[in-house]
Amino acid sequence: MTAETSVYERLGGSLAIRSVTEVFYRKVLSDDLLAPYFDDVDMDRQIAKQASFLTMALGGPNEYTGDDLRSAHAGMPDLDDKHFDGVLGHLADTLRAFGVSEADVSEVGAVADSVRNDVLNR
Amino acid sequence: MQLTFEGRAYDLRPGESVLDAMARHGVGLPSACRVGSCQACMIRSVSGDPGPDARRGLKATWLASGYFLACLARPSCDLTVAEPGDDAHTAARLISARAMGPGVLRVLVRPDRCLDYQPGQHVTLSRPGGITRIYSIVSLPAQSARTGIELHVRVYPAGAMSGWLARARPGAPLSLGSPAGECFYLPGNSAGPLLLAGTGTGIAPLLAVARAALADQHPGQVVLIHGAAEPDGLYLGRQCPPELTASPGSAVSWRTCVLSDGEDIAAAAAAELAALACPPGSVRAYLCGGAGSVGRIRRALFMAGMSLADIYADRFVQAGAGR
Repeated sequence: MTAETSVYERLGGSLAIRSVTEVFYRKVLSDDLLAPYFDDVDMDRQIAKQASFLTMALGGPNEYTGDDLRSAHAGMPDLDDKHFDGVLGHLADTLRAFGVSEADVSEVGAVADSVRNDVLNR
Repeated sequence: MQLTFEGRAYDLRPGESVLDAMARHGVGLPSACRVGSCQACMIRSVSGDPGPDARRGLKATWLASGYFLACLARPSCDLTVAEPGDDAHTAARLISARAMGPGVLRVLVRPDRCLDYQPGQHVTLSRPGGITRIYSIVSLPAQSARTGIELHVRVYPAGAMSGWLARARPGAPLSLGSPAGECFYLPGNSAGPLLLAGTGTGIAPLLAVARAALADQHPGQVVLIHGAAEPDGLYLGRQCPPELTASPGSAVSWRTCVLSDGEDIAAAAAAELAALACPPGSVRAYLCGGAGSVGRIRRALFMAGMSLADIYADRFVQAGAGR
């Protein structure tokens, strides 16, 4: 059933992605472990990048390359798995809040997990 | 079909996006996601309809200024586009420049022709000698036509513009650019409350927004917050300006925040939002002032549940020699 349309389409496309991204980003900024890394970050640029990433992770139309994911995180050598897992957790919670099924949450989580080594500079 | 940009015409293939067509002709616009999520490729239509898809998810004030997303625009007619903020000039004369508080001048300017703008937008002001600065327009268009365009100008000790204005004679020649900025009131756009927070002379455009809301008999509450670094920076006073309370049925509140007294305008704005006790999607916020404080207020309101799409912000950037 779920193979017919992407999670992206079922959520409502690009308009919904803006709301999903905002809810997701709000969760990340509310997390004491993660928030300090965003203190000096331009919120609009960040949300644009995350919207672009989420579109990809949710199976939407995209030309996401992730080339800059490694360079964007290169200046944060103390990032480790607990930070990355924290972000994945907020992504999963966000999707659940939008009524995404557990099967789809795992699937999207697996796609997001594929950039772990880029983010953690390994 | 034809696409015109900066005076040059490019052919546009059926079904091709404006972004792709321009790229094919070697004109690179900023872009990232290419599916309407990131809004990096936003440009302005001068004439022609880019189609409804191209305006999906854009703020109401951007739509009113003709903005659309180049990646989603597949027009079915000729289109002339421009990058945001290209300039045309209007000759003008100084009417008066009087102090309205420590370090702030109320400047009235008479343009040679009617200036088309929305209440809350800003405009470049140029004086002889090639000095140009940006100021917000405080007066509504009808007021500007009667008494001139009102600007609130922060005076800097060695300000190339503000010092000159303080000494200039009435009638001195000036020039105004094209009004711009997304921080403006749209009549009838929404009935919900307006939360207006500005620091320093950043309160000036918000005064224009409040005036426009009252003139439009805006049904929702209007909450103004004026922030200043020191007490004497509250150049409009600690009480709500009488002009905003005079109209019957107006629900305007006024709050001041002085940084040196330990009052944080970001926390105050979040507290006012909570006090409105409205669904987050019904409130619109307008923020104006220094980039640092606007950023902090915006973040506080976002964290309090507001969508960035409902927050209209103008950040002041100080010119090298002072604004």
